[in-house]
Amino acid sequence: MPAAEPIVETHEIEKYYVQPEGNRIEVISPTNLAIYPEKIFALLGPSGSGKSTLLRMLTGLVPPSAGEVHWHRGPAAEQQANVSIVFQNFALFPWLTVLENVEAPLAARGVGEVDRRKRALKILDTVGLDGFETAYPKELSGGMKQRVGFARALVVEPDVLFMDEPFSALDVLTAENLRGELLELWTSRKMPARAIFLVTHNIEEAVLLADRVVVLGRNPGRIRADFEVDLPRPRDRKSRRFLEFVDHIYKVLTQPDVEHAPPAGPGARQAAAARTAAYQMIPHARPGGIAGLLEILIDRGGKDDLYSLADELVMEVSDLLPIIEGCSLLGFIRVQEGDVEITEQGKTFAEADIQDRKNLFREAALQHVTLLRQIYNSLRAKADGTLPDDFFSDILDEHFSAAEAEAQLQTAIHWGRYAEVFDYDAKSGRLHLTAG
Amino acid sequence: MIKPTPGPAAASIFEERRPGASWADLLMVGFGLALFYGILTLARTWLGPFTPNVVISVHPSALPGYTAYSLLRMAVAYVLSIGFSLVYGYVAAYYPKAERLMIPLLDIMQSIPVLSFLPGVMLAMIALFPHSQIGVELGAILLIFTGQVWNIAFSFYASLKAIPTELREAARIYRFNAWQRLIRLELPFSALGLVWNSMVSVATGWFFLMVCEMFPLGKTDFRLPGLGSYLQTAASDGNTAAILWGLLAMVSVIVLIDQLIWRPVIAWADKFKFEQVEGTDAPQSAVLDLVQRSPTLAWLRLHAVTPLGERLNQAFCRRAEQHRPRQPSRWAGWLGWLLGAALIAAAAWALVHVAVQFASLDRGTASDILRGTGATLLRVFCALALGAAWAIPAGVAIGSSPRLARIAQPIVQVAASVPATALFPVVLMFLIGPNGGLGVAPLVLMLLGTQWYILFNVIAGAMGIPSDLKEVARVFRFGRLDRWRLLILPGIFPYLVTGMVTAAGGAWNASIVAEYFHFKGRTLQATGLGSLISAAADAGDFNRLLIATVVLASIVVVTNRLVWRRLYRIAETRFRLET
Repeated sequence: MPAAEPIVETHEIEKYYVQPEGNRIEVISPTNLAIYPEKIFALLGPSGSGKSTLLRMLTGLVPPSAGEVHWHRGPAAEQQANVSIVFQNFALFPWLTVLENVEAPLAARGVGEVDRRKRALKILDTVGLDGFETAYPKELSGGMKQRVGFARALVVEPDVLFMDEPFSALDVLTAENLRGELLELWTSRKMPARAIFLVTHNIEEAVLLADRVVVLGRNPGRIRADFEVDLPRPRDRKSRRFLEFVDHIYKVLTQPDVEHAPPAGPGARQAAAARTAAYQMIPHARPGGIAGLLEILIDRGGKDDLYSLADELVMEVSDLLPIIEGCSLLGFIRVQEGDVEITEQGKTFAEADIQDRKNLFREAALQHVTLLRQIYNSLRAKADGTLPDDFFSDILDEHFSAAEAEAQLQTAIHWGRYAEVFDYDAKSGRLHLTAG
Repeated sequence: MIKPTPGPAAASIFEERRPGASWADLLMVGFGLALFYGILTLARTWLGPFTPNVVISVHPSALPGYTAYSLLRMAVAYVLSIGFSLVYGYVAAYYPKAERLMIPLLDIMQSIPVLSFLPGVMLAMIALFPHSQIGVELGAILLIFTGQVWNIAFSFYASLKAIPTELREAARIYRFNAWQRLIRLELPFSALGLVWNSMVSVATGWFFLMVCEMFPLGKTDFRLPGLGSYLQTAASDGNTAAILWGLLAMVSVIVLIDQLIWRPVIAWADKFKFEQVEGTDAPQSAVLDLVQRSPTLAWLRLHAVTPLGERLNQAFCRRAEQHRPRQPSRWAGWLGWLLGAALIAAAAWALVHVAVQFASLDRGTASDILRGTGATLLRVFCALALGAAWAIPAGVAIGSSPRLARIAQPIVQVAASVPATALFPVVLMFLIGPNGGLGVAPLVLMLLGTQWYILFNVIAGAMGIPSDLKEVARVFRFGRLDRWRLLILPGIFPYLVTGMVTAAGGAWNASIVAEYFHFKGRTLQATGLGSLISAAADAGDFNRLLIATVVLASIVVVTNRLVWRRLYRIAETRFRLET
């Protein structure tokens, strides 16, 4: 444990929505976190794990449903914390020039015109934007826009610099470049921020940048792993220790129901394992993606390491994970200790022709996927074999947030159509049992 | 790929622009002086004694003065509209309890024709200022206001609601105060919507100018000096030359306003477009370039506007500093409740009143209203059908041929900018029925007032059909029928719906003017809801006016809900072209 006092500390904060019927949808279970000075904190998790919500609760943008956020040991509600956010999609004001964008937070704090301009120009110089002061954001490339985002965030010299997936809207090369420059500023102590809190879904990014990594699980969001990354900087992506950390996070992410011991380290903490049995969640993968992954697995000998698979496919883990989960849910692959292995059923499926694939998918789906089975049985129970989609939305609404319930039904419809279990008429919004 | 263009070196930001007057400056100073003189002259008349019945000269030499009067009225009404819209939109967008009441109310207000407000507004204003001309003038201005305010208010509300979450969060995390939030986030984000709706609103103002400047009310004939009353007097006299002079004045003013105000404003507002990358063809305006290059204005900006903004900002910062623990004031809560209760009570009272009126309807009036509703409904339907019948093929032809579009667009724009009401006297000269009835003239006026909306939108829709879809049609050798059925009609559908909605609204509005008209010393009227309203307003028959207005407003609101909103939804889901 670092000796310094934490800047931000949370006490059992959680987020839930209460539905009109009194049903409570838990988005984030009670969570304890602490952000220490001089440290980079990375929050990692699959989509839907509430990373962004957690960040917004820490910054005070969203109040927690229960629990408390403390700033410098005082309740956050009673003070105005000096924080900044770098947003995923930049959130620059398109009608203001680069300079005006960066000056705006200072103007809001009542800093006079001359001082304001001096400080803004200085920070623009630091992030490498001198010469672009009078440009409008829309004239800039994505990387340059995010530099403006950084400049605006740093100009107030925040206690904590929050970053909400700051590189995910950029192309790979630009992101890598910006990441490097950010780290350079941080290690050379040119960055006027006392701590950094980074939300990301990129595993390598987290291991590369952070002093401490917290991995969130989903449904509801909860801490699944919390460990320190004690690698010296600059970090070598090819080093054995680096890969161990990456591998460990993969393991945590791909085995949602098993609790993991982190690879040692005194900062390790375990999340409470107690959680109610949740309704099965369909991963948002497409049948085409599932078949594609299986074919690649066969090409690579039927078994592979998750990390090298993602590396080979140049896919972000957030894109790959749903497909892996989908394959595993259908019993087409086995995931163990960060390795994926194709099963007999998976092999048959991958090698079948179009029509046989549909049949195999149908068998597997009806056997393993609760929602599809539920839809199938309900439709069969009706004399005319049809039901409105609202019927199933209502069922899902009891288990998921409104957006997720919608997404679940859409994926189920996609799978059901592919497997020819049922058909969906978008015009009338009704599901029909497929004839034959 | 967009290449970032580096701006000038940092030092240049501090440099002042070199002073020195240009002829553009002179022009602007002259313009300012003329405006000042105009306002002074007007103020003298306005504060003068109460003369409801000014003698309107139909001599062309009176036109410049009348035009100035009308312009000022429209300007004041417009400024009022903007002010009202900002407050209304703001409250509706930020107070969910108020929103639930205010947005449906907006819907209803929008469907009430200007003329139905006339007697109430006028009598109230005259009662307020019994001895001064300002009462009548304010009444006329308020009437114009009721014709143009609602869509602006709705647009501002909708813009506020559409501000992206990330931008709102940025404003909050960087502690923008109320002032900064308004000028840095809310107004810029709403600017484009406000500009476009302002143009629509001002056009509506021209449309109703004749009604607002000259009308009988009970026993008194109200006449205000202005372009609208000039045109109406010319029509009553049957003075063709005067009608044409008035029309000429109106069209020139409208074209001038378009060139001197709207074009520059649109070009300027382009920077508020919420886009991540630079568009290819930004609107241009020579007038805007002149204004922006003016050293005088630059000097003003540097020495007056910027320091003032700075002072305001500092004041708001200090205030925010003092009121840090923000607690909703108890008084505000009570006041809100009180206001809400008063509003609900007023609404209930109005409902009861309307119900009583309906209950006490005699047979004759009831059948009048029923027949009138049927007749006007039929006219609106025919106007829409006729408008669509010629505007769809024409719009598709113009929209699919860039060469034709270049020629046709400016012509169509000028033609559309002439308010149909001003053309009405000309139409009447040709179309007056053999027995002195209005004949098909109301239908023609409705068509004149509505076809442009359909045409504009169809042109835009046809231009938006992706070229790869057109290529598919060509590759598979679609016949004419298939091309229309599978490509063109689905492609323009969302635009067509928008055009038809606007056109239907315009047609209902036009019915008020079209079915009842003073021409050559006679009052011409056709059976219809519009003429019922007009006649009731003229006679000061409040009960009839109320009932006819309620019927009209309910028809408009109900068709909006049942027909247009459904079509909108279909257009948005099934016929949207994803790009």
